Amino acid sequence: MKKITYSLNYRKPKEEYTENCELTVCVRYYQKLDDGKHKVVKKSTGVKCKLKDWDSDWHKAENRHPIKSTDSNYLEKNRIIRNKSIDLHSFIKDLKPLKNISSFNSKVPNGPLHLKWSNHKNDVRLVSPANKRNIDIIVVGTGLAGGSACATLAEQGYNVKAFCFQDSSRRAHSIAAQGGINAAKNYQGDGDSVYRLFYDTIKGGDYRSRESNVYRLAEVSSSIIDQCVAQGVPFAREYGGLLDNRSFGGVLVSRTFYAKGQTGQQLLLGAYSAMNRQVARGKIEMFTRHEMMDIVVVEGKARGIITRNLITGEIEKHSAHAVVLASGGYGNLFYLSTNAMGSNVSAAWKVHKKGALFANPSFTQIHPTCIPVSGDYQSKLTLMSESLRNDGRIWVPKKIEDAKKISEGTLKPIDLNEEDRDYYLERRYPAFGNLVPRDVASRAAKERCDAGYGVNKTGEAVFLDFSSAIIRYGKEKALVKGLDTEDMDLVKSLGEGVIRAKYGNLFQMYEKIVDENPYKTPMMIYPAVHYTMGGLWVDYNLMTTIPGCYAIGEANFSDHGANRLGASALMQGLADGYFVLPNTINDYLADDIKTGPIPNDKPEFDEAKKNVEEKIEKLISNKGSKSVDFFHKKLGKIIWNNCGMSRNETDLKKAIKDIQNLRSDFYNNIKVTGDKNSFNESLAKALRVADFMELGELFAVDALNRNESCGGHFREEYQTKEGEALRNDDDYRFVSAWEYNPIIEFSKLHKEHLDFENVELKSRSYK
Amino acid sequence: MKLYLKIWRQKNSQSKGKIVDYEIDDISPDMSFLEMMDVLNEKIIDEDGDPVAFDHDCREGICGSCSMFINGEPHGPDKLITTCQLHMRRFKDGDTIYIEPFRAKAFPIIKDLVVDRTAFDRIQQSGGFISINTSGNTLDANTIPIEKENADKAFDAATCIGCGACVASCKNSSAMLFVSAKVSQFSLLPQGKVEATDRVLNMVNQMDEEGFGNCTNTGACHVECPKGISLDYIAKLNREYVKANLKK
Repeated sequence: MKKITYSLNYRKPKEEYTENCELTVCVRYYQKLDDGKHKVVKKSTGVKCKLKDWDSDWHKAENRHPIKSTDSNYLEKNRIIRNKSIDLHSFIKDLKPLKNISSFNSKVPNGPLHLKWSNHKNDVRLVSPANKRNIDIIVVGTGLAGGSACATLAEQGYNVKAFCFQDSSRRAHSIAAQGGINAAKNYQGDGDSVYRLFYDTIKGGDYRSRESNVYRLAEVSSSIIDQCVAQGVPFAREYGGLLDNRSFGGVLVSRTFYAKGQTGQQLLLGAYSAMNRQVARGKIEMFTRHEMMDIVVVEGKARGIITRNLITGEIEKHSAHAVVLASGGYGNLFYLSTNAMGSNVSAAWKVHKKGALFANPSFTQIHPTCIPVSGDYQSKLTLMSESLRNDGRIWVPKKIEDAKKISEGTLKPIDLNEEDRDYYLERRYPAFGNLVPRDVASRAAKERCDAGYGVNKTGEAVFLDFSSAIIRYGKEKALVKGLDTEDMDLVKSLGEGVIRAKYGNLFQMYEKIVDENPYKTPMMIYPAVHYTMGGLWVDYNLMTTIPGCYAIGEANFSDHGANRLGASALMQGLADGYFVLPNTINDYLADDIKTGPIPNDKPEFDEAKKNVEEKIEKLISNKGSKSVDFFHKKLGKIIWNNCGMSRNETDLKKAIKDIQNLRSDFYNNIKVTGDKNSFNESLAKALRVADFMELGELFAVDALNRNESCGGHFREEYQTKEGEALRNDDDYRFVSAWEYNPIIEFSKLHKEHLDFENVELKSRSYK
Repeated sequence: MKLYLKIWRQKNSQSKGKIVDYEIDDISPDMSFLEMMDVLNEKIIDEDGDPVAFDHDCREGICGSCSMFINGEPHGPDKLITTCQLHMRRFKDGDTIYIEPFRAKAFPIIKDLVVDRTAFDRIQQSGGFISINTSGNTLDANTIPIEKENADKAFDAATCIGCGACVASCKNSSAMLFVSAKVSQFSLLPQGKVEATDRVLNMVNQMDEEGFGNCTNTGACHVECPKGISLDYIAKLNREYVKANLKK
């Protein structure tokens, strides 16, 4: 039973009020649950009413209203509260009786850290090859995590159905990852080890990730490189024919493997080719240009998904024994980000709405080196790989008047003397210099720009300068070749050659976008949204709180804590897909060997399908006046301005209200043209933005709840005198895992406490 | 800038298409070409029309989704870039721009500027891989040293983004550059040599089956390739193909 009623918000016993007291009117939602418990949510309408004007029996007759006509403004007030109840109704329409989350258990195996994974692999149940042939698995998303999982599961013998919204699985956004992939190979003999990679990742994540998962990630990292080389991934090599490495932020060793500035592309094509082999064998059925619209849960287990064919608009039902989400991150919540245009949260959000917990939604990585925003028309931001910080030095002018002159164009940056430049990262963090982790570098850039030292028209850019690296490499090259090391023109051109070989494609990208030659003048960069550490909560087996529904790669929350280190996203995606999930999923599927094919004609499928169709109908038939991009941009602005690189209580509270208002505006005024039964990108986008509108609120709620600064989450109220993040381990050493509530503000917080048994909790210092 | 656009509009694969004229104002030279298309689509939505459909995703030149034929060239007038990296500063105020889909028999049109390039996927499925399972205990990555020159050449071939510009630019709609890139990448690496014979035969066979034309060495593909994949790889593909045929 569910109902929506109105009530007054009594804050003390009723008898203590007089009839002239004014109280706020609330909309009240009541739901009786299966287990005899009930759920009540209340939401203020903002309307006040005197006790004497309140008609508690209003519903007993047609012409009666909650607020009596004795109130001078009763018509208007009644109208407002009625609208609020309609809003509330539209939220809860698709609500299923909620189950209390019972299995909130991270299932971390016992035993010492370094044996957990190998012991666990020995303990989990297996499925025989003959039985695997009778089991279907749906994988949503075909990036590094999804692609590698599809290939491996199919190699093992499962029947895989793979879904992606792109026209080919090769186009998933993992392809755009530039810099590299970490692995604890210690090929450079610089003291690297599994433990060090584990430690760096835990520390880099500001002690907000799960020890056991991170250790496993470090442990399997080296197999990833072996696997990729065997697949024909052309990593960069040295002249001796062995693999080359470089260094990334937040670490003191060189453990990053790379393929120029296109590492993601090469790794994804590796996974794609492994998938192709299985498609040819008939073990993977590909559904390209298909978007997941909902998950179907039958008898408490994930048993299928509803998809929309993006070419024909057809809503389809697909069933399987398990569903794996590899649907990536939700950086596009910010509108402007380095994500691809199509990247979205919908798959993960739909799963969240059906009962999966969403963990640390506000943990977002703002990448320090992106090409700055140039105008309102801008549709996306372009990353300049972190690897550039190996050779580039970041600076702004020391004097504010120089910064002004540069931004007005009257002074050229190359004409500014060395002593007038402030290499602020080298100044503030001598030990790590330009290679501090991303969150630290981003905040430092913001701090300088906020203080007025920004170097472009908008005042939101700093320099990334290669001139000293060009001269250093040039001299080395000249010396090797026996040429004149004092001939600066020669040295510069030799040095440029070295830089071109290392980062050529990045420099070309920069030149095309900005129309300036970065070999001759320093690049301008500014932080931009890049990656989301938050995501679906998963246990050690990578299963969400819906049995049979797994989340891998960026879609889950598990390995990066509050800040991800560079070159670790590719590592996690492939680790989950190649090595972790294919082991852990057997344990769950071992129960399903006798189940037989899952039918897709159960009422749960039909109902989910019907809901999707209704939602689409509602959007397409709405006679609004504003396009979906209008709303997406507005949402992005709210999030960036209030929940971006630094956050505070006032802004976050404002953001929650603003998003709620924007969301009701969205449903009232959205205009989607075109046809629902054909290729219609604005419809696809409207469906995605509708989910961003809900996630955005949870994002702000999460940031507001976490009264500490950690990693990418910087709360202005909690900082040291030097402006560094101030963590609160006593009160916030936990993962915030949110349970869905139709009124997002009231989402229930579950805490997974984090125990650190193998590393000492320290305040993170890169000085 | 004010621009006159002539855009191919086609409702779906069955219907007939035609060029439709649009005028667009206030275009900033710093906009990317696709951002200009966004502005146009906002205008069309405002007038209750059906926005122009086009493929795009990463908008940084790597996913290979975008596929417009602009003023007679795939990815437009600039070289070594994709449409999403093309900026409006390449055009002048008052220019007329023709925008069409990539055209080839093997790339049927889905809607407007969106074409179906799954033929490329099927070519890859016919042999564009190394048959190795994920085990976690393959050879250590440094067991087989690979000559840097070969590793670099394999990498250069592997940078193909599968956009199809080579096919669209070719008067024969040949996919040789695309196929040669994958064949060469693997045949240059010791790991890929094992299956080289079957791979090249299967992939070339599938390419023919999909309806791509033959190569007559005009070199247009290389000129238009956003990643600058060299014609040398086509020569390598031919050598590999002959070698494989002799072996069989």
